[in-house]
Amino acid sequence: MVRYVIWRALSSIPLLFLVITVSFFLVRLAPGSPLARERAMPPEIRARLERHYGLDQPWSIQYWNYLRGLLRFDLGPSYKQKEASVNALIARAWPVSATLGALAFALALLAGVALGCLAATRRATFTDRSLVFLALVGVSVPNFVLGPLLVLIVSLNLLWLPPAGWGESRHVVLPAITLAAPYVAYIARLTRAGMLQALQEGYILTARAKGLREYGVLIKHALRVGILPVISFSGPAIAFLVTGTVVVERIFAIPGLGNLFVQAAFNRDYTLILGIVLVVSTALFLFNLLVDIIMVILDPRIHYGEA
Amino acid sequence: MVIPALIVLGIAGASLFGPLFLPFTYWETHPELGASPPSFANGHYLGTDLLGRDLLVRMLYGGRISLMVGLLSTTVSLLIGVPYGAIAGYLGGRIDEVMMRIVDILYSLPYMFIVILLVALFAQPGTVDALVDVLDLTPHSPLVGWLRGPGLRLILLFMALGAVSWLTLARIVRGQVLVLKNMGFIDAARALGQTRTMIIVRHLIPNTLGVIIVYTTLTIPSVILQEAFLSFLGLGIRPPQASWGTLVNEGVQAMAVAPWLLIFPGGMLAVTLLSLNFLGDGLRDALDVRI
Repeated sequence: MVRYVIWRALSSIPLLFLVITVSFFLVRLAPGSPLARERAMPPEIRARLERHYGLDQPWSIQYWNYLRGLLRFDLGPSYKQKEASVNALIARAWPVSATLGALAFALALLAGVALGCLAATRRATFTDRSLVFLALVGVSVPNFVLGPLLVLIVSLNLLWLPPAGWGESRHVVLPAITLAAPYVAYIARLTRAGMLQALQEGYILTARAKGLREYGVLIKHALRVGILPVISFSGPAIAFLVTGTVVVERIFAIPGLGNLFVQAAFNRDYTLILGIVLVVSTALFLFNLLVDIIMVILDPRIHYGEA
Repeated sequence: MVIPALIVLGIAGASLFGPLFLPFTYWETHPELGASPPSFANGHYLGTDLLGRDLLVRMLYGGRISLMVGLLSTTVSLLIGVPYGAIAGYLGGRIDEVMMRIVDILYSLPYMFIVILLVALFAQPGTVDALVDVLDLTPHSPLVGWLRGPGLRLILLFMALGAVSWLTLARIVRGQVLVLKNMGFIDAARALGQTRTMIIVRHLIPNTLGVIIVYTTLTIPSVILQEAFLSFLGLGIRPPQASWGTLVNEGVQAMAVAPWLLIFPGGMLAVTLLSLNFLGDGLRDALDVRI
C-alpha cells in the first residue's frame, strides 16, 4: 500500500516537471516579449529592464534560474504588477478560490449523491424521470449562462443576494451554486447508475431478509459500493471545477486565482502565468493522489498497481 | 430521440440558411436604435443589441461559428483519439499501460488553463508574421488577410480544443478494441499474414464505428461549450464576430437594461447543447455501450 502511494507520487513528479518545462518554453516562444506592451521607451531603459528581469539571457539560463528559484519556492517577480511578486499575488488569491471551490465541491457531492440516491430508489417513477432530465439540463447549461441568469433573477429582480463581490458569507451563495450546478447533475447521474447496480447485488437481498430497515440497507451497504464511481470522478471533477472558477470569478468579480490567471493571460505576464499553472497543477496532483488512496481503502477489490 | 435530432437539424439549418432570408447583417450597426426590445413591428424579431445590431442574425451567425468549431475540433480529436485508443488496445501489455496512464494523467490536468495559455500567447499578429516566414506565404494574399483577421484565432481554437477532447474517445475505442481483438476474424486475419497496422486499420477501427459515433455525438457539445467559454472570456472569437459566447458576454454586460440580450443567446446555446447531449445519451443507451 505504501509502495503504491510512493509509486504514484514519484510518477507525478516527472509530469509536473514536464508541465513546468512546456509552459516555460511555450510562454517564451510566443511572439512579443512581456515588455512589448509598455510605453515606448529609450533603448537604454528597455535594456536595463530586460537585464533586471533576466530577459536578455539565453533561454537555457533563464530556465535554469527559474528552476533554482523553484527549489526555494520562489516563483519570481510579476512582470506586469511592478511591486508584487508572484508568490504574494498567488498567496492573496488562492484562499479565495480554495474557499469557493471547496464549498462548490461539497455542495456538488452532497446534493448530487442525495439526488442520485433518490432517483435510484424511485426508479422509473415521475421523480426519477424528472431528476434524470434535470440532470441533463444541468450538464448542458453553461455556467456562464446560469450565473448571469441567477444574478438577473435573484439579485436584480428579487433583490435577495448581492450580484457580485466578495467578503461576506452572502457573497458566496450564487457563485457556489453556479460553479457546482453541472457537477451536481453529473454526480447525481453517476450515483444513480452506481446505486442501481449496487442494489441488484445479492447481499442487498440478504440484508433485507435479515430485517435491516430500508434506510440502513441503503446507507450501510448499497451506498458504500454505489459511491465508488463518484469518488473516482472526484479527481477530474476538481480539475473541471478549477476551470469553472475562471469564468465564475470573472462574472462575480471575485479576486481569486481564476480571475488572476485570465488577467495574466491578457497581460502576457509570464511568471504569473507559469506560477499559477504550477500551483494549480501541483494541487491537482496532490488531490488526485489523495483520491486514489481513498479509493484503494474503500474498495478492497482494487489491487495496487492496476491503473 | 427524434425530437432532439430535429432540434439540432433545425438549428443547424437555420444557422446556415437563415441569414440569407433576413434583411439585416450581423455587423451593421444602427446606434440610433440602441438595444431595442424584440418586436414584430420593426422587423427585429429578437431585438437589437447596444449598437443596434439585429440579435437574431447575430445568433444565427453564432450558430455557424459554433457548429463549425464543433465539427472541426471533433474531427481533430477523432484523428488523434481513435488511432491512439486502437493502438493501445491492440498492442496491450506494457505499452497499453503506459499509454493509458498518460491518458489518466492528462485527464486530471487543468487543460483549459493550457488552452487559455495557448490562445492568449499565440493569437497575435506576430504569429502570422512568423507563419508567413516559415511557410513562405505571400504576405498580402487573401489567406494571410484572413489569418490576420479571425482566421488565426479560429485555427488555434479548433486545434487546441481538439487536442484536449480526444481522451474519452481514446478510452472508449481502446475498450472496444480489447473486446474485438479476441474475436475469430482477427485470428483469421493474423493467420492470413496481415500486418498489425493493416489489422488495426482495416478490421478493428471499422468495427468500432458504432462507439465512435456515439461518443462523437457527445464530444461535439463539449467542444461547443468550450469554445463559447473561451469566447465569453474574450480569449476565443472576438467581437464584432458573433459567437454565442461573445453574445452571452454582451448580454451579461447589458443585463440590467436589456435582458433579452442574455436570455436569447444563452437559451439557444443551452437548447443546442441539451439536444446534442440528449441525442448522444439516447444513442449510447440504444447501442448499450459499456466503457
